Amino acid sequence: MQKSLKSRHNELAVTNKQLEILNGGIFADGELPYFKDKINEIGHFPLRPKKLEILQINVGYMCNQVCEHCHVDAGPDRKEIMTRETMSQCLDIIRNTGAHTLDLTGGAPEMNPDFRWFVEEAAKAGIKDFIVRSNLTIIRANKKYYDLPDFFKKHNVHVISSMPHYTRGKTDKQRGDGVFDKSIKALQELNERGYGMPDSSLRLDLVYNPSGAYLPGDQMALEADFKKALKEDFDIQFHNLFAITNLPIARFLDYLIASENFEDYMYSLVEAYNPAAVENVMCTNTISISWDGWIYDCDFNQMLDLKVASKVKHIKDYNEDLLNDRNIIISQHCYGCTAGAGSSCQGAVA
Amino acid sequence: MADSYYNPADLRKFGKITEWSEEIGNKFFDYYGKVFEEGALSAREKSLIALAVAHVVKCPYCIDAYTKDGLQKGITKEEMMEAVHAGAAIESGATLVHGVQMMNKYNKLSM
Repeated sequence: MQKSLKSRHNELAVTNKQLEILNGGIFADGELPYFKDKINEIGHFPLRPKKLEILQINVGYMCNQVCEHCHVDAGPDRKEIMTRETMSQCLDIIRNTGAHTLDLTGGAPEMNPDFRWFVEEAAKAGIKDFIVRSNLTIIRANKKYYDLPDFFKKHNVHVISSMPHYTRGKTDKQRGDGVFDKSIKALQELNERGYGMPDSSLRLDLVYNPSGAYLPGDQMALEADFKKALKEDFDIQFHNLFAITNLPIARFLDYLIASENFEDYMYSLVEAYNPAAVENVMCTNTISISWDGWIYDCDFNQMLDLKVASKVKHIKDYNEDLLNDRNIIISQHCYGCTAGAGSSCQGAVA
Repeated sequence: MADSYYNPADLRKFGKITEWSEEIGNKFFDYYGKVFEEGALSAREKSLIALAVAHVVKCPYCIDAYTKDGLQKGITKEEMMEAVHAGAAIESGATLVHGVQMMNKYNKLSM
């Protein structure tokens, strides 16, 4: 199994190095326009939040997988884990927020020792849509996780899971050997509990992201292909497929540079820039909270350590109105969210 | 000038052909865009046809473009290679079917 950039002491583990790459080279020499200038053309600079709808909380970077494209640089060797104390601070926010969606992510959020307690407490807050981003294989990783499908069902959790392709080869190439078979088994178990069935209220959505240096195709067409193949081959059903563009940060950036695809990929992102997607980029309705309570415009900015440009930078000082009155921090990785039909943690936006 | 006839980066400049002949250049790109929309054939099927033709006409730009397009559409490498074989089979068949002409001529000229 490969290791995280951090444990390999890769220079990209230093976020400033990543920002230097994103701001330099073809952007600094004027070959490609800065994101700031592109959105300024349509009057969206500075980018400002709209109403807060989604509270995304990253409960830790530990994961049982080490996916090649991971923007979190997650893995078994990452020790950053949200404590119960920080979770309690988050619960205060969850109970009082105007957001309608709570989105728990990681790493593998289930690996946080206080995950179940946090879910039980958060579920009581009565938020309309309660998402857990599960990598699926965690359900089969160890006996102590086998009952997760029942736990999710008990708390009416909306499960969103990564599935890069409906074929074994492509999935295992991106996510590691054996991931496809374990994911299929986990999906079947979720289906058995009613998750993903056509009229079921137990929501099961899949996330598709490309296994390489190219952008995702049409979300609807991909969803139709996934539904047909997974039903025919494994009798698996799910609700929606979200096509997500890989942003050029962390391990995906490392891959782009190592495979000499970085410039071409940035050209692809800029060429596919869709002004209509800017209106609904996820940072305009989402905030992201890290394992140690810092607040970011999105999960990507969290991984680049770009904290919000607000007096409120940490949950201990949380104030939703103050926080909503800020300029969103952008860089060239943001082109990933405005390419084609746009991209967000909820899929296409345009 | 580049020191080779084909430069991968030139593909990005394809759109610039309109600069020297705007009207017909734009008409071409409008037509091109329309052809590859969903229609009686899916965009996925058209992408595979384009990939096969790209090989037959031996266009390196088109091969790059439609391999990437296929990946974006979730087309597998096995499907892509079968499409290339379909193109290759037609191309070799087109050569071989001329063998009948050769046979006809041979027979006509022979006693």
